[in-house]
Amino acid sequence: MEEAAVTDTASPKLDARIPDGPIQDRWDNHKFDVNLVNPANKRKYEIIVVGTGLAGASAAATFGELGYNVKAFTYHDSARRAHSIAAQGGINAAKNYPNDGDSIYRLFYDTVKGGDFRARESNVYRLAQVSNAIIDQTTAQGVPFAREYGGLLDNRSFGGAQVSRTFYARGQTGQQLLLGAYHALSRQVAAGTVELHTRSEMLDVVVKDGRAVGIVVRDLVTGEVASHSAHAVVLATGGYSNVFFLSTNAMACNATAVWRAHRKGALFANPCFTQIHPTCIPASDEFQSKLTLMSESLRNDGRIWVPLDPDDRRPANDIPEDERDYYLERQYPAFGNLVPRDVASRAAMRIIDQGGGVGPLRNGVYLDFASAIERLGKNTIEERYGNLFEMYERITDEDPYEVPMRIYPAPHYTMGGLWVDYNLMTTVPGLYAVGEANFSDHGANRLGASALMQGLADGYFVLPATIGDYLSDWLNTEPVSTEDDVFVDAVAAVNERTEQFLAIGGTRSVDHFHRELGKIMIENCGLARSREGLEKAISEIKALRAEFWSDLRVLGTAENLNQSLERAGRVADFLELAELMCLDALDREESCGGHFRVEHQTEDGEARRDDENFSHVSAWEWIDVDTPQELHREPLTFEYVPPSQRSYK
Amino acid sequence: MDLTLKVWRQAGPDAEGGFKTYEANGVSPEASFLEMLDQVNEKLNEAGEEPIAFDHDCREGICGMCGVMINGHPHGPQDGTATCQLHMRKFSDGDSIVIEPWRSTAMPVVRDLIVDRSPFDRIVEAGGFITINTGAAPDANMTRIPKEAADSAMDAASCIGCAACVAACPNSAANLFTAAKMQHLNLLPQGQPERYTRAVAMVETMEAYFGSCTNHGECEAACPKNISIDFIAMMNRDYVKAQFKNFARAGQA
Ligand SMILES: Cc1cc2nc3c(=O)[nH]c(=O)nc-3n(C[C@H](O)[C@H](O)[C@H](O)COP(=O)(O)OP(=O)(O)OC[C@H]3O[C@@H](n4cnc5c(N)ncnc54)[C@H](O)[C@@H]3O)c2cc1C
Ligand code: FES
Repeated sequence: MEEAAVTDTASPKLDARIPDGPIQDRWDNHKFDVNLVNPANKRKYEIIVVGTGLAGASAAATFGELGYNVKAFTYHDSARRAHSIAAQGGINAAKNYPNDGDSIYRLFYDTVKGGDFRARESNVYRLAQVSNAIIDQTTAQGVPFAREYGGLLDNRSFGGAQVSRTFYARGQTGQQLLLGAYHALSRQVAAGTVELHTRSEMLDVVVKDGRAVGIVVRDLVTGEVASHSAHAVVLATGGYSNVFFLSTNAMACNATAVWRAHRKGALFANPCFTQIHPTCIPASDEFQSKLTLMSESLRNDGRIWVPLDPDDRRPANDIPEDERDYYLERQYPAFGNLVPRDVASRAAMRIIDQGGGVGPLRNGVYLDFASAIERLGKNTIEERYGNLFEMYERITDEDPYEVPMRIYPAPHYTMGGLWVDYNLMTTVPGLYAVGEANFSDHGANRLGASALMQGLADGYFVLPATIGDYLSDWLNTEPVSTEDDVFVDAVAAVNERTEQFLAIGGTRSVDHFHRELGKIMIENCGLARSREGLEKAISEIKALRAEFWSDLRVLGTAENLNQSLERAGRVADFLELAELMCLDALDREESCGGHFRVEHQTEDGEARRDDENFSHVSAWEWIDVDTPQELHREPLTFEYVPPSQRSYK
Repeated sequence: MDLTLKVWRQAGPDAEGGFKTYEANGVSPEASFLEMLDQVNEKLNEAGEEPIAFDHDCREGICGMCGVMINGHPHGPQDGTATCQLHMRKFSDGDSIVIEPWRSTAMPVVRDLIVDRSPFDRIVEAGGFITINTGAAPDANMTRIPKEAADSAMDAASCIGCAACVAACPNSAANLFTAAKMQHLNLLPQGQPERYTRAVAMVETMEAYFGSCTNHGECEAACPKNISIDFIAMMNRDYVKAQFKNFARAGQA
């Protein structure tokens, strides 16, 4: 790969359209400055929304309420089931109900700092600004957030935050927020403003004269491939942690929508910024299909340790106090067990890598509640974490009230995604990305309870206010006809690819390739990354990709429901995305947030950021599958939160 | 452990279905039920037979996508557990396991173990929401809600929409689902303005698709979230009240 010269001027492809003025006023000024579509004209527009998770359902419902004609698509059988439903811990907002010193500014500050100074200040400020309206909106929808005895909303501190700003609905916050958005969407479906297509997978974006004009969709039940056109296309298709095969994401989560958009010209930003969550249940055997998250809130009361002697094989409860290493408390006395996710995950991984892990496969560390139970009583612990303890017991057959939990770091969230400007538009005019699918607000590391906030901010409040700026240019124009050559060709290309999968006739299943890819990625592009490892990974991925296209076996036909065929397309795209992640990780010669390059660490093993050379967003442009992608840079400037080294000692 | 599976195979909605027998050998007791099926599918693919189609996604009991009849029990033998959370240690070496899709005319088989649950969405579209446009909400702490009401609403709202209740019911009734969806909103102050119109719209849509409830209570026993049939009583009360004309004059029906 050629070394590209570092400049601090943005690539002309990356006009972020950040408004001027004091940061507090930028969003208001921007809303005033952008073009609007007047209420009577909204019905003249068609908008496609792909994805009905938090970001997509909230956007589609809001567009419908505003009077736009919306078509929404999801590969799920109902809009009530997206990956968003699994979020446990909660959603942040700057309400400051507990009167503990929180403010919009503090939420903004914490998020910029938590992201290790790799996010845009203006976007993050806006996120903090609209956070309060999300709580108002979702409460009005009937989301049953936890309450105090006086009937007011309860808050908790989450992920080591120094204020209590997290709203929650038992351990099921994502579920309840998604149901709220699904209800709002259902209301619009009934009103006829939203046409909902379930079990429908988008397989390509259609671009004409440089702008997005529609999509190609496969009906997963009948196999029919059809195209849909619109004035604008919104992708709300979630993150790509499943590139690692084993992750906390739902089984079907995939990158096809964003990857197809990328291949059609949308630049992909910071693909190597991925988050590995420290508290997941370790894999128990080689057939494990996914990893289950144990909420971060457990670290509020659990103590993490391993035996001092790595060869100590006694049951946990037989190991005396003075033969245990509470390594987080030892290494980070100030934050202890509440250090941020990336720090906790790396510490655990170091121990496991050195053979100090516990459990039958020696792939975990203990998370122990014995002293909390002694201090607070079993009842309090049960009230706080009952459902999590039950979930843990179901999976492992061990009772965490009696023996410590075993936990292990697992891929969880992807900060990278399609590059978007302040309006959430990608580099392809008319194509937008919201929620986890874009790269916008979390920099190199996401704070707990901030993804739900961002997805709903994008969908309910930001995009509905910004999309008019683009749409107003197309007033009184019809969407491009689906009879147009661009659509006909796109459908033909999708059909051809489908036929290709079926025609290979090899010996290996899709899952085999996915698992192999996962191994390469977790080993070389996971918690710790090195030049040597990444270069090796790139050549292994290329080899695996070649094997995939020559030895894949997908049985059945394309004319009905065929789950192997669905997965083949997704894994084929992961096999390309994985290479870009490694390329980006190679190029970023620094350690920041979730990206840890072993070459760039301090003497005591902490991440060493390089603001002089890497205070930028890396956005990659697709050329073709055999040519390395071209790098574009958007410099980041920090006017309000001066970059500092994070320290949790 | 070694198991014998009898699995319902059906190529499509209009195709004829039937049981096929498969041997699942060397299954780890640590595996989940769906991971066991994954392994069976790997072997089928190797042998040149199309894998068994089944719905699933989160595999942690929250999305409601999974769900099959296991030896005649929706989601299998363990109480309060979705199929994806069931582990093979609940079975014994040498067991025979019969695996079928949910059976109900309102929810036809799509393929193998997958059924079409879309009538559930129609019930929600009929009235399972609170009418509030984005941006119109007052401050979230404006209305105090008794903790008990919020907790009961949350109990109802934890329904995952898997349809085990319908599968368990001898009449294929969807009363537990509908009641849970309705009472989540009807128990909250925010849900009061539309309480009775909601009750009528949801009940009538439910009746257009599903059978009638005769209080067997099988639904509650099958529910992976242990949702109580008390909610059905609350739904019936709201529906009956909605029939009185004075409610209509108060803007409540
Ligand atoms: C276990 C777990 C716990 C979490 N807990 C928290 C938490 O406590 N707080 C927090 O803030 N965040 C949490 N997160 C992160 C958060 O849940 C996600 O980042 C967020 O929900 C993503 O929402 P989304 O709308 O962007 O995408 P998703 O919810 O993933 O939705 C994607 C949608 O796109 C559709 N889709 C995708 N591709 C296609 C295609 N090609 N064609 C058609 N449809 C498509 C899917 O059907 C789906 O409807 C958690 C994540 C996990 C894994
Ligand atoms: S797969 Fe989600 S509930 Fe079982």
